[in-house]
Amino acid sequence: MSKVSEEQVRADVRAWLAANWDSEMSLVTWRNKLADSGWGMPQWPEAWYGRGLPVRLARVVEEEFAAVGAVSVAKSGVRLLAAATLLEHGSDPQKKNFLRRILTGEDTWCQLFSEPGSGSDLAGATTRADLNGDHWVVNGQKVWTTSAHHADHGLLLARTDWDAPKHEGLSYFVIDIKQPGVDVQPLKQMNGHASFNQVFFTDAIVPAENLVGGVGDGWKVAMTTLAHERRGADGLSTPSKRGTRVGRIHAEERAELETANQPYKWYPQRAGRVDLIIERARETGTNRDPHVRQEIAKLMILAKSAEWTARRARAAQQQGRPQGPEGSLGKLAASHVARACAHVHTLITGAEAMLTGSGSPREGIIAEILVSVPATSIAGGTDEIQRNIISERVLGLPKEPRFDTGPFRNVRRN
Amino acid sequence: MSASSETKAEPGRRIQFAFTNEQEQFRSALRRFLNDKSPTTEVRRLMATAEGYDPAVWRQLSDELAIPGIHIPEQYGGAGFGMVELCIVTEELGRALFCGPYFSTAVLAANAILNAGSEAQKSNLLPAVASGARLATLAVTELNGNWDPAGIETVATPDAGGYRLDGVKSYVVDGHVADLLIVAARLPKTVGREGLALFTLSADANGVERRLLESMDPTRKLARIDFRGAHADLLGNLDTGAAPLIRTLDQAAIALANEMMGGAQAMLDSAVDYTKVRVQFGREIGSFQAIKHKCADMLLDVELSKSSAYCAAQACAVNDPEWPALACLAKAAASETYLHTAAECIQIHGGIGFTWDNDTHLWFKRAKSSEVFLGQPSYHRELLMQRWGV
Repeated sequence: MSKVSEEQVRADVRAWLAANWDSEMSLVTWRNKLADSGWGMPQWPEAWYGRGLPVRLARVVEEEFAAVGAVSVAKSGVRLLAAATLLEHGSDPQKKNFLRRILTGEDTWCQLFSEPGSGSDLAGATTRADLNGDHWVVNGQKVWTTSAHHADHGLLLARTDWDAPKHEGLSYFVIDIKQPGVDVQPLKQMNGHASFNQVFFTDAIVPAENLVGGVGDGWKVAMTTLAHERRGADGLSTPSKRGTRVGRIHAEERAELETANQPYKWYPQRAGRVDLIIERARETGTNRDPHVRQEIAKLMILAKSAEWTARRARAAQQQGRPQGPEGSLGKLAASHVARACAHVHTLITGAEAMLTGSGSPREGIIAEILVSVPATSIAGGTDEIQRNIISERVLGLPKEPRFDTGPFRNVRRN
Repeated sequence: MSASSETKAEPGRRIQFAFTNEQEQFRSALRRFLNDKSPTTEVRRLMATAEGYDPAVWRQLSDELAIPGIHIPEQYGGAGFGMVELCIVTEELGRALFCGPYFSTAVLAANAILNAGSEAQKSNLLPAVASGARLATLAVTELNGNWDPAGIETVATPDAGGYRLDGVKSYVVDGHVADLLIVAARLPKTVGREGLALFTLSADANGVERRLLESMDPTRKLARIDFRGAHADLLGNLDTGAAPLIRTLDQAAIALANEMMGGAQAMLDSAVDYTKVRVQFGREIGSFQAIKHKCADMLLDVELSKSSAYCAAQACAVNDPEWPALACLAKAAASETYLHTAAECIQIHGGIGFTWDNDTHLWFKRAKSSEVFLGQPSYHRELLMQRWGV
């Protein structure tokens, strides 16, 4: 990578935007220009729709896009996790086939990892892929798949060797979702929403060239996907203030985001809505109850401490210090905050907490909090798994004895 | 309530969420000193004495690390740092369970003089405090155990160019060894927050009777002090009322929260170390999820409460308008966390954790007394709600 200065990058991107940005263009036309020029993903390699810039300079590009209100490449959903995984482990034909349409937003992706029988123990997947001449035949079931109902491609983790140890018998594929052997069914949750899907495979076909990495490399490749998921896909933020902009391209982008964000509508409620607590206490008059005051204070102390812990982690990172324990605790802290919120919302709401729907407090938002919070301590790694990770990786405690070694065929499973 | 951490204080001075390299170096130097001079064998030796500290080590801490005056401006003989450095000191002292008159002299008395004193009084009183030569303390609480200054009953009656103190103070930290007493009292016939002021007098003045109390935490000595017509001087003036006292107590709550986090970290470390060496059922107990999860929860608890203790110190240092509320928040959080962590440390040690020979109870007792010292968590939570206007 050649050394480029910030000033140079800023001048280049400005000139390019001045010559090319047009809010009346179609979204796909514009994003094809971004892919061709490399300005859409400047931190990607030059050979693959990028400019090979360090993340620091990619942020400069992002600032210049924001300054003129230019639309970015498509970033919603798991598409950038797919892209990052393909960039690292994919073959050149795979990159050629998939990356451009990821960036233009023409293709939507989903992640087919979790199964009914393997939740926390992801490597225990039993969906199978068997090689038959020039293609793989897939049978099994995946679950908790966001966006599968409108996805074009899936990132599939499947077992290809039952005699190898658990982690070594998995392979990673790109599978076409829109084929007869794939049946996508919505999964209705306890809060009434259906943000996820169950995906059933019955002799579904994956061409041999869609194997990502080698046979048996599936766990390693999946770790790349998950690492990018934890890192927030590309490490860059997506520009805000989309709502007000005028022009064909902005309207198209809003429609795209509305579809992409549909599954996440209840997510603020899942986190507990600490922001509503004090207003609700005032509007119900419970702010005068000494017990409620104590419980509110406990919750706010927890929520503020969690927020400041995240800021400490960020500050240490910005100073280039090695990550301290404060950086590993966010998810577990969020679970505690959510649970405490549900407790205090109930305390404040009283009998009305027995109601739901538009006639219940805050047009049903409070009820939605109460029935959504249980997801927080499960989704993306249960609290129990988080505690295992923290105690083993941060505190250095010894691992538990294992019972899942040897050929996977012989390992007890659901 | 406002989002405290977003509030901009004085221009260019914002709450920092990381310590500077200089602050980290200072912490390391202090920790080395305390590892050397304050091992638990020394803690146990000193806690059994009436004085409760080693004057030679106190002198060394003062001379080599200048900690009694760390936060006192240079013009009064101090090192000229601020609240953040003061809290680094208390955190390290709390971690080592250091036995010495620091909280009384530097945290309570020095801040009271800085907050209330006239220019002449600060110049007169602070240099000897900053150098560690003169021990001092602040007497607020009385037999009723009320930390709200409104509950003060000790009366200061104007008399011959000064004041005459009558009343009984209790739970006075290091009150048995302090040379200089700063006493919170009220003018005759006043109630509530009205008529409150701070007064100074020498501990050996006529009409002062001091008695060492038997404290559950023997590493923090407490005294009862009876005043019967003792002659005292007004610190500062009467116009400021209770404000300097309240400010001092808020600063002390922050310093105590940080001290408690040092102790909590020591308890967490001790518990985790033990789970790696103790073997039961043929494996280290740290390999059992019941223990792992307990340790992970302890770590979470400690890190969260540390964040509030650090944030409160930083907010106070930059005079963020939210800092008094954060003092309550940090004290309440630290109280719960320290006690819980110490109790869990005993639990993880099992039977041996309940013995006198095991060191854990030393921190447990500090945790228990600190939980109540300067006000229980419920008191601070209520104060937090009031300060946030809920």
